[in-house]
Amino acid sequence: MTARLRRLSLALAALLADRGAAISLAFLVVVTLLAAGAGWLPMDAMRQDILKALEPPSAAHWFGTDELGRDILARVILGARTSLQTAAGAVAIAAVVGIPMGLVAGYFGGWRDTVLMRFVDVLLALPGILFAMAIIAVLGRSQMAALIAVGITGVPNFARITRAQVLSLRSRDFVTAVEAFGASSGYAMARTILPNAWSPIMVQAIVLASLAILLEAALAFLGIGVPPPTPSWGEMLRTGKNYLHEAPHYAVLPGIALTLTILSFDTLGRAMSRVLEDRHGQAMPAGDRQEEGR
Amino acid sequence: MSAPVLSVRGLEVDFAGSGRPVPVIRGVDLDVHPNEILCIVGESGSGKSVTALAATGLLPPTARVRGRVVLDGTDVTGAPPEVLRRLRGEAVGFIFQDPTTTLNPVLPVGRQITEGQVAHGRLRQADAPARAAELLGEVEIADPEGRARQYPHQFSGGMRQRAVIAMAMAGRPRLIIADEPTTALDVTVQAQVLDLLRRRQAETGAAIVLITHDLGVVAEVADRVAVMYGGRIVETGPVDALFARPRHPYTTALLESLPRLDTRGGRLDPIPGQPPLPGALPAGCSFHPRCRLAAGRPRCAAEEPALRPVGAAAAGQAAACHFAEENPRPKPPATVAEAAASAAAAAPLLQIEGLKVHFPLRSRVLRLTRGHVRAVDGVSLTVRAGETVSLVGESGCGKTTTGRAVMGLVPVTGGDIRFEGRSVVGLRRLAMRGVRRHMQYVFQDPFSSLNPVLPVEDVVAEPLRIHGLYDSFGGARYIARLFEMVGLSPTMFGRYPREFSGGQKQRIGIARALALKPRLVILDEPVAALDVSIQAQILNLLQDLQRELGLGYLFIAHNLSVVRQISDRVAVMYLGRVVEESDSDTLYEAPAHPYTQSLLSAVPVPEPAGRTGRGRIVLTGEIPNPAAPPGGCTFHPRCFRATDRCRAEAPAFRPHPGLPSRVACHHAGPPGTGASAERTEEAAP
Repeated sequence: MTARLRRLSLALAALLADRGAAISLAFLVVVTLLAAGAGWLPMDAMRQDILKALEPPSAAHWFGTDELGRDILARVILGARTSLQTAAGAVAIAAVVGIPMGLVAGYFGGWRDTVLMRFVDVLLALPGILFAMAIIAVLGRSQMAALIAVGITGVPNFARITRAQVLSLRSRDFVTAVEAFGASSGYAMARTILPNAWSPIMVQAIVLASLAILLEAALAFLGIGVPPPTPSWGEMLRTGKNYLHEAPHYAVLPGIALTLTILSFDTLGRAMSRVLEDRHGQAMPAGDRQEEGR
Repeated sequence: MSAPVLSVRGLEVDFAGSGRPVPVIRGVDLDVHPNEILCIVGESGSGKSVTALAATGLLPPTARVRGRVVLDGTDVTGAPPEVLRRLRGEAVGFIFQDPTTTLNPVLPVGRQITEGQVAHGRLRQADAPARAAELLGEVEIADPEGRARQYPHQFSGGMRQRAVIAMAMAGRPRLIIADEPTTALDVTVQAQVLDLLRRRQAETGAAIVLITHDLGVVAEVADRVAVMYGGRIVETGPVDALFARPRHPYTTALLESLPRLDTRGGRLDPIPGQPPLPGALPAGCSFHPRCRLAAGRPRCAAEEPALRPVGAAAAGQAAACHFAEENPRPKPPATVAEAAASAAAAAPLLQIEGLKVHFPLRSRVLRLTRGHVRAVDGVSLTVRAGETVSLVGESGCGKTTTGRAVMGLVPVTGGDIRFEGRSVVGLRRLAMRGVRRHMQYVFQDPFSSLNPVLPVEDVVAEPLRIHGLYDSFGGARYIARLFEMVGLSPTMFGRYPREFSGGQKQRIGIARALALKPRLVILDEPVAALDVSIQAQILNLLQDLQRELGLGYLFIAHNLSVVRQISDRVAVMYLGRVVEESDSDTLYEAPAHPYTQSLLSAVPVPEPAGRTGRGRIVLTGEIPNPAAPPGGCTFHPRCFRATDRCRAEAPAFRPHPGLPSRVACHHAGPPGTGASAERTEEAAP
């Protein structure tokens, strides 16, 4: 176990050597902590004070107030909670459905591959936002519905990346080896192939998180996301755009929060894939092989 | 002697990675003269490839190069890129190991061959096609005009390497650098290519620097040899002198650790330990921890020996050893065969009868079956306890497929496989699992056969866990015992496969195969990916384990010398069939099938003295496509004894009169019979 921890901390150190990744990670940690601890913050996201509606940023309200006089900073922080929850749930759904699909399709090939991958193609052929709207129309407007809708649109990403990994690992000798010892296909898939495929799947999860946040915001912006009064960045953008002249801060500040969060996830994902690529490059000590055709 | 084409003085190369710079070359001096073949030989990491790349200014910018390299009168070190580019275009030709990656798949071969000359303005575009055909003709490719218009995928492996040689020769370079040019080729094709390379060199008078790890190849082609170890040349000299009387203990040890065609049985003398990594060289002489002369002498551990002339001045031999004068002559190859334990009495462990494995070929439209690749087409074989039976043949002959079919990893088309008398063909998964406990597999490539995310003790324990036997076999204590059995220390627990060297990884693979206490082990090219000195260690280990545990081995290999070293019985495969089977001594001393004879004569022998007089059967052509094998005897298109009968009728596999062998040939017989006209004598150039 300690060896695994050591490896993890080494990977983390390599990741943090990238300045962009370090800043992104720090930002995301702050956002997550704020979102988790929103209840303990001194401002109240729900208290209305109509007399102080649409006030610009001030010492009392750092991000100003909205059309009902609610504190925008508090609502942005609570909105982060909505976004992160939806993203985490959606990625979890996409992973739980997509990874086994990719494993089975890649490992067995044949008709299972054909059936599963055509299903994935169908999902991909439908525009994500339309598909999500249809699901919300069926399930009704709730955070859970948004989460499921966003999650399903992420299934193809996981299924495809997992399948690609399985295909390249499937014929490697160490997989043949466990089959030769008499391991079941389940063992070969879950215990041998999957642990070797984790890194690109993790990168995919990070990238998908940023897409999920964006899609959730888009749904909210269209008015079919998380129902009010729960604050959400998309919802704030939607209302804020009506007051762009009187109170530009109303739309702009949640927009910045949204942009920075997505940007951070993206930067982190790209840095991760770079670090993992480097580590794979070093996986074989050059000195050991016949020094052939370099 | 004329001025050298390539002159290297005090070459030092450091690679600056993320950490401190790693010295890869530490002071190399060498000269290559026109019309000379210099072989640089060494194990992996010795710096032989880097030396050649540095000599032509081809190293990446992360390399720091010091010293002086004069190539064809031009100082390469510090030359501007434009000068270097012209120099490489005109003065140097390159031949790399893998012809499949050297040629650009989307360009016709003819165009690639002349591309460089056209780019350097030395050939007019209009004349290029004719010149390409001429060059292909010079490397003995039939129908050069037609072939010049074809793409690399339409060429076979040997033809691709010929095309690469043609490309290297296109500019009539004064120096050719050949980096392991035949390592990726089969032994019969290797013989063709080496033969061609030497003849083209003699015709053009070019100098060749040939980099190889194979001492047999060195003895075949070299004029002079440089032996590298730990980033330095440790011994250099003319090929005859160096093989007859090596002056450096490393050269001696290397020659002794080599399995040879002309010896049998007994143990090899491996070099202990591992080749050093460039980043962690021992102090003093970098060979001293593995050296038998050093033996604790403080001078070896403290002071790096200089390369100095040793022996008679006329011999031109030099060695970098403080005690070179004490270096003994290499022991003559042991010819005394051990009394072979009569394994014939034991009951057969594995019986293969008429095994067939056909893979369907599907058409692109509707995936209809168009035909079959007959990977294995009628193989019969018996392995007894305590016995090693080898399957030997060139790539694509079906030897690995046979091994995998026995393990139940590929579906069997026909025939029977019996393990301890019980048929294992078509067994259900659970029943097969019970059989697999007693039958284990060691893979060729130790780099890819160990799961990279598991610590090594879990890799070895995995078969036990799969069978639910981990605790009943004794858990971690048992794993530790397995580690000791294969010469590894249990203190290595907790480390991951990539932290180990190739030889150590193969030991882990062997420990894993032994974990379930099998009775039969299938060894698929277990030493092919390893360095010579490590190869000997692993072969000895396998022999010791067999004696201790009474294991039966099915040993699959292409290297005939290794097979001779380890086998009791040998079966030679060609295109999915066994063409000859016999006990090891008979097969090597009195081969009856013409294919066996040509295979044996194609193996380079590490003995330069006899090379000009050695009769050699050079097979023409290459292995046919197993999806469309020739009619009659499948070997007849390449056979020097083929008659009309061979073209019409497939020979039966039957005992050969007067020998304990079984042979599938209409014209089986000792070498020389009816073949004298076809044998090509190697004429000294």
